Amino acid sequence: MEFDTIAAISTPSGEGAIAIVRLSGDDALSIADRLYKGKKQLTDATSHTIHYGHIIDPETEDIVEEAMVSVLRAPRTFTRENIVEINCHGGLVSVNKVLHLVLSQGARLAEPGEFTKRAFLNGRIDLSQAEGVIDLIRAKTDRAMNVALKQVEGRLSDRIRRLRQQLIETVASVEVNIDYPEYDAESVTIEMIKKEAGAVREEIEELLATAKQGKILREGISTAIIGRPNVGKSSLMNSLVQENKAIVTDVPGTTRDVLEEYVNVRGVPLRLIDTAGIRETEDIVEKIGVERSRQVLKEADLILLVLNIAEELTQEDEALFEAIQGLNAVLVLNKTDLSVKADEKRIRELAEGRPILYASLLKDEGIDELERAIAQLFFQEGIETQDLSYVSNARHIGLLNQAKRAIDDALEAAEAAMPVDMIQIDITQAWEQLGEIIGENVHDGLIDQLFSQFCLGK
Amino acid sequence: MKQYKGGEFDVIVIGAGHAGTEAGLAAARMGVKTLMLTLNMDAVAFMPCNPSLGGPAKGVVVREIDALGGEMARNIDKTHIQMRLLNTGKGPAVRALRAQADKALYQAEMKKALEKEENLQLRQGMVEELIVENGVCKGVVMNTGTTYYAKTVIITTGTFLRGQIIIGDLAYESGPNNMQPSVNLAYNLKDLGFAMERFKTGTPPRINGNTIDYDKTEMQPGDEEPRAFSFETTKYITDQLPCWLTYTSPETHQIINDNLSRSPMYSGMIQGNGPRYCPSVEDKIVRFHDKPKHQIFLEPEGRNTSEVYVQGLSTSMPEDVQFEMIKSVPGLENAQMMRPGHAIEYDAIVPTQLWPTLETKVIENLFTAGQINGTSGYEEAGAQGIMAGINAARKVQGKEGVVLNRSDGYIGVLIDDLVTKGVDEPYRLLTSRAEYRLLLRHDNADLRLTEIGHSVGLISEDRYERFTRKREAIAREKARLENTIVKPSAPLQKLLEEKQSSPMKEAVPAAHLLKRPELKYEDVIPFAPGEENVLPDVAEQVEIQTKYEGYIAKQLEQVARMKKMEEKKIPEDLDYHQINGLATEAKYQLSEVRPLSVGQASRVSGVNPSDISILLVYLEQGRLARTAD
Repeated sequence: MEFDTIAAISTPSGEGAIAIVRLSGDDALSIADRLYKGKKQLTDATSHTIHYGHIIDPETEDIVEEAMVSVLRAPRTFTRENIVEINCHGGLVSVNKVLHLVLSQGARLAEPGEFTKRAFLNGRIDLSQAEGVIDLIRAKTDRAMNVALKQVEGRLSDRIRRLRQQLIETVASVEVNIDYPEYDAESVTIEMIKKEAGAVREEIEELLATAKQGKILREGISTAIIGRPNVGKSSLMNSLVQENKAIVTDVPGTTRDVLEEYVNVRGVPLRLIDTAGIRETEDIVEKIGVERSRQVLKEADLILLVLNIAEELTQEDEALFEAIQGLNAVLVLNKTDLSVKADEKRIRELAEGRPILYASLLKDEGIDELERAIAQLFFQEGIETQDLSYVSNARHIGLLNQAKRAIDDALEAAEAAMPVDMIQIDITQAWEQLGEIIGENVHDGLIDQLFSQFCLGK
Repeated sequence: MKQYKGGEFDVIVIGAGHAGTEAGLAAARMGVKTLMLTLNMDAVAFMPCNPSLGGPAKGVVVREIDALGGEMARNIDKTHIQMRLLNTGKGPAVRALRAQADKALYQAEMKKALEKEENLQLRQGMVEELIVENGVCKGVVMNTGTTYYAKTVIITTGTFLRGQIIIGDLAYESGPNNMQPSVNLAYNLKDLGFAMERFKTGTPPRINGNTIDYDKTEMQPGDEEPRAFSFETTKYITDQLPCWLTYTSPETHQIINDNLSRSPMYSGMIQGNGPRYCPSVEDKIVRFHDKPKHQIFLEPEGRNTSEVYVQGLSTSMPEDVQFEMIKSVPGLENAQMMRPGHAIEYDAIVPTQLWPTLETKVIENLFTAGQINGTSGYEEAGAQGIMAGINAARKVQGKEGVVLNRSDGYIGVLIDDLVTKGVDEPYRLLTSRAEYRLLLRHDNADLRLTEIGHSVGLISEDRYERFTRKREAIAREKARLENTIVKPSAPLQKLLEEKQSSPMKEAVPAAHLLKRPELKYEDVIPFAPGEENVLPDVAEQVEIQTKYEGYIAKQLEQVARMKKMEEKKIPEDLDYHQINGLATEAKYQLSEVRPLSVGQASRVSGVNPSDISILLVYLEQGRLARTAD
C-alpha cells in the first residue's frame, strides 16, 4: 500500500561503526516508540533532535541494542514524512534484529528506491532526479517477479497457502451466518474460532522459530565450499572474504561457537557455512563427519565444489559429485597455473550443465568470473533457497509477526467475549498479511470461498 | 412512423421499477422537471421475485437510501406484513432489518408517492430509441412516434431488455411476469456503442396458501418489538403475518436428478451467466449433492392474496417436473401451483462503461441504474436509482456529481465495485464486500449520509434539524460518560457479579465500564446518572461507539490512509499507453475503466502495486512539468 510506514537499513551493508535503520511515514514515531526505551517518548520529542536509549523487544522486554534515535518530523525531512533513524552499532546481526522488530511492529520493508520515490511524490526532489525512480521501480518489479516470487514458491508458500485456507474457511463460516442468518449451517462459536486461530498461531510461531534459529533471520544464501583436502577451499574462501569484506560475527545462543562469514557478492549475500571448520582443518568432512556434512549440504542453498585440475579426478571427487546431486552448485577448477591432468570431459559430464569456472586462486585469477557466475545464477535462474527467499525475507518475517499479532488480537477479543464478526476482522487481517507474503491478496477470494463452501440461494 | 414532439423535460427516467422510482423521485424533489416512462402503469415498483426487502447489507442500503432522502424505507414501513431485525446475536456491524412486503400494497403506495410529486409526470409507453446528437443524449423516441426531449436521461429497464423467459423447453420473449419486453431499445444501445452482456436470473413457483398443510412446517414469526427502516417513521405496523419453514425431501432430490436432462440449465438452452448466490434448486442439488435437504421458506405475497412464494425452489425445470417437485415437499403434498417458476435472460450493459456518477462514458447526459448495470436485488436497484437521480438533476443544475466513498456506505461499495471491477454475474451486495463493515452499520446510516442528503436538497430543514440535535446529543452523552467517574460500590459490585463481569478495583470513568462486553448502557447509567433525558437511539449510538471504540478507530485509520490515494486525482483523458513502465495488462485495464483517482485505479483488476507506483510518479512528473511551464 502506498503511504504506509516503510523502513530499511539505510547504511551500506558491510562493516561500519554505525548502521542506521530508517523509518518514514505517518506512524514512524509511534512504531519506533514501541521499541524504544529512553528518557521520554519519541512521540513527545521535538523535531530534529537525537535521543539516547535502548531498543527492546516489546514481546520479551529484552534489551536488543543501545542506540541513538533521531526524530525528524514532517515536512522538513527528506521524504517530507515523519522520519525516525535508529543508529545502531555496526554489524549485520544487531541492525537486522532492530529492522525485524520495526517490521514486526507494523512498518513495511521499503522497496529499493522507495525513500527517494516518496521524496519525489511529496514534492521534495525535482524532475531530473525522478527519472531514476521509475527505473528503480521497474527493476524492482522485474527482479521481484523473476527472483523473489519464484523463490518463495515451494515449501514455505505451500505452508502459507494451507494456513490461509484454514483461516478463510473459518472466516467464511462466520460470514455465511452473517449474510445468510437463516441458513442451516452450523453457527461458528467463539470456542471454534479460538481453536482454529490457536492452531494457525502455533504454525506461525513455528515458522518464526525456524527464522530465529538463523535460517531466516539472517539474510543470505547459505553456501558451502566443499572439495577434497588441499584443492584450495580455504584460499577460495579467503579470496571471497578479502574481496568482499566479510563481517565476522558470533551468533549467540548456539552451542558450538561457530563463526559464520557473510560476504556480499555483487549484491548477493552469501553466508558461508561452517567456515570455521574449513579454516582449521581444510576439510569439512573430516571436521564434522560424513553424516553431518551431508546434512550441511542439504541445508545449503549453494555449493561451491572445488576441484584440483592439476591432478586426475579421484574416487573422492566422484563421491562429492554424487553427494551434491540435485543441488545448486558451481564448479571451481582450481590451479590453472599448473598443467592440466584432470579429464575435463568427465568433469563436464558430472557437472550436468552446472557452471564450470577456471581459477588460479594462488595467482588471484578467476575470482571475478566466479562472482559474476554466482550473481548470474542468482538473478537469472534463481537459487531455490531452502526456507525463505533472500530478497524479501525480512519482509516475510515482518508480515508473519504482524499476522501473529492480528491472531493474538482475535484471541484476546474472543477471550473478552466480543461478537464473532468483530473477532473475524482480525482473522481476516491475518489472512491478508499471510497473503502478502506469497503475493495473493484479493479480497474477492472470500466471496468465492463463501459460495463454494456453502449452498446458498433463494 | 411520423414523429411529433411530446414535450421537454429536465430529466427523463425510462422505467418505474425500484431504480426508476427512486431516480424519478430524487430528481423531481430536487426541483427539476421530470418525466417517468413505464411500459406498464400497473407495474410501478413491482416485485417480480421475492416478496421481501432488506437483510444483511441490503437492509443497510435501504436505510442509506432513507438517509439520503429516498422513498424505499418509508414505503416498506407502510406496507410490510412482517419485520425482523437479523443477526441480533452478533455485533452491531452486521445487524440488519428485513421485511416481508405486501407486494400489491407496496406498489400502490409507491405509485401514490409518484403521483403526489409536483415536478413529476408519470406516463405509460414504450421507448424505442434514444435521441443522441454528437455523443450527447437529448431525449427519447416512443413507439408511438412521440419524442420527448430532456437535458438528461436515466435508463432503468431492469430485466426488460431483450428479456426471455425459459421454462423447460419453452422459451419466449418476455419481460418479467409475462409483460412485454423492450427489444428495440436493447438493439439501439448496442448500435450506440455500448458493450452488453447477457445475464440470467430465476424465480420459484408461487402456490395457493389455502392448499398448504402448515402443520408440517415451522412457523417463522416477525419480531414482537416494533421496527422500521426509515429514521423518520413513527407509526408501526403491529399486525404481522408469519412465514413458514419446510425442507426438500429425498424424493425432491430424486425427481430433480431424474429430470436433469430436461433442465435448460444443463441442456445448454440458457446461455446467460446466472448468479452463484441465487442458484436454482437443480443447481444446488448438483453442486452440493452431499447436502441431504435444503430449506424452503414459504412467504406470503400479501394480505389480500393467498399466493405464497416458495423461497428455495427457484427453478427453470419443465412445468410437469415442477408439479412433482412441489408435491414432494412436506406440507405441500396437496399444494396448487399458481405460477410456475422460470428463468429469465436479459441484456445488461458492461458497467465499467460508467463514471462513478452512473453517467455513461459512451454518451454524455445519459445515466443508467439498476439491473441494466448488472446488479440484482430491489435494494441495489434503489440505491443506484437515487444516486443516478441525484446526479442527473445536479447535471441539469450545473452542479458537480455526488459520489459516495466505500467508507460512506454500502451504496459507495456497490457503485465503486460496478464501475471499477465490472461484473461477470448479477451483482448482489454482501457484508463481506465492504472492507469497512464496522463503519457501515445499520444503526448509523443517518449519521453517515443525512448531511449529504441535506446538501443535495432531499432532506427537509425540519428533518435536518432533528438530525443535528441527535448528533449533538450523542456527542454530549459520550463526553459525559468519559468524564463521569464511577467509584466501586456495593450495589455496583453486586451488579457486576450478576453479569459475570470481574469486580471493580478502583474508580474509573463510566465509559470504561460501558466498554465491558457484559454491560449495557442501561446497566451503567444508574451509577452515572445524567440530567438529560437520553433517547433510546442516542443511547444506542453511545453504547456502540464506546464499546467498539478500538475497532472503529482501527478502521478509521485504514480509511484515512486510503483517503490519500482517493485524493490523488487522475485526468479523465489520461493516455495510459504513453506511460513508460506500466504493465501491458494495466495499460489495457486502466484505459477501459479510466479511474478518476489513484485509489480507484488501485482497485481495478489486473493492476498491481508497482503499476500504481509508476502511475503516481507519472502524475507527479506531469504536475511538475506543468508548474515549470
